[in-house]
Amino acid sequence: MKLLRVHALSTFIAMLIALYAIFIFAPTERTMGFIGEVQRIFYFHVSSNWTTFLATFCVFLCSILFLLKESREWDIRAAAAAELGVVFGTLGLISGTLWARPVWGIWWTWDARLTSFFLLWLILLAYQMLRRVVDSPAQRGRLSAVFGILAAVDTPIVYMANRWWRTQHPAPVIAGGPGSGLDPRMALTLCITLGAFTLLYVYLWRIRCELERTADVIETLQRQLQTQGMEVR
Amino acid sequence: MNFLNQVGAILWKDILTEYRTKDALTSMLIFGLLVILMFHFAFEPDSRETEKFGPGLLWMTFIFAGILGMNRAFATERENDSLQGLMLAPVDWSAIYLGKMLANLVFMLLAESVILFCFALFFNFSLMPRWGWMVTITVLGTLGFASVGTILAAVSMNTRMSDVMLPILLLPIALPVVIGAVESTAAILTDPPGESLTFWIKFLVVFNVIFITLPLLLFDFVLEE
Repeated sequence: MKLLRVHALSTFIAMLIALYAIFIFAPTERTMGFIGEVQRIFYFHVSSNWTTFLATFCVFLCSILFLLKESREWDIRAAAAAELGVVFGTLGLISGTLWARPVWGIWWTWDARLTSFFLLWLILLAYQMLRRVVDSPAQRGRLSAVFGILAAVDTPIVYMANRWWRTQHPAPVIAGGPGSGLDPRMALTLCITLGAFTLLYVYLWRIRCELERTADVIETLQRQLQTQGMEVR
Repeated sequence: MNFLNQVGAILWKDILTEYRTKDALTSMLIFGLLVILMFHFAFEPDSRETEKFGPGLLWMTFIFAGILGMNRAFATERENDSLQGLMLAPVDWSAIYLGKMLANLVFMLLAESVILFCFALFFNFSLMPRWGWMVTITVLGTLGFASVGTILAAVSMNTRMSDVMLPILLLPIALPVVIGAVESTAAILTDPPGESLTFWIKFLVVFNVIFITLPLLLFDFVLEE
């Protein structure tokens, strides 16, 4: 519990540093003209998306471990990671559309990355739905783990398929060949924000798992009371 | 009884049941024809538009009709608890998966051949010059769809809303098949065939290899109770 508090505090401090870096330390982007300030949303956007991918990868790993070990703990972890994937994915989609509108002039385009991210978000939602329609906890764990693994393997294939399908997607700005690249201060800001978001993600993940464990304990206690003939409200 | 015989026995059982009831095939066929009719009213395509949208429309029809068939695949096994009997039989559970998957593949291909024929007839859409490619693409695309569909049908069978869950789980996972199949179908419509043809066919093969192996490994966990 004490460790959790230290984690919370460090997340808070990291977020404050990230905010400072984003709004004060990082230089204003020039090529986007008078709307250059909008570019600052980039740090939030990339970090949310990174966290979504991280969460998906965690779902994949935890699902495999659950199937191997059949322990409820891994099921809880997979489920919590998937929920956070939806949360950060939603943030990523919203910040993305907000950024696209002033810069590209449109809210959305069917570019490879946008499309596959949208699909990943839908898959994570489907995963949530699947968990809600299976009654037995053991079966819920197994079925969602199977779906989680299939989905995680599918995501990179979808991305590649999308890339080959329509190849005119914008080249990556960072590390996309000569002439691209970030101002060192921007790169540093991005690293700080990524770190802060990762800390936040792990913190929320731990809390969410703890919540689920408590719910399990309460359920067991209620069942014990019921078998003793007591009324449970 | 070796593994292939086990798969064959399950496949034969499904074909026999289907031959006697004709449930899945009739529903897929009627549904497919209705979708074609809907498309006609929704888009009223002329011949150039048919060439442009044809491959997409065709595969949408295949996939929606396929989902209808997949939903039946395990629903019939639930009646009279016959799935229990199948699981108690001295067969490897992955044989159940393969048998069911092949049965789905056969039913889908049968329905698709009729749908394809009607599609070509109604929209004056000539596939005859390249029917060999068309057969290859249809088999590969349907195989990929059936392999993912069968395991996800087994997953959704265990949920409270099985009919609704299957498309929600299956459509996102099967998206690469749709892209590959539509693109390769579009490539054979041009003369000479588009150069992307071989690429997309290889893509479909790779997808099939991955998504037949993975369900074979995972299917045991789906049936376990």
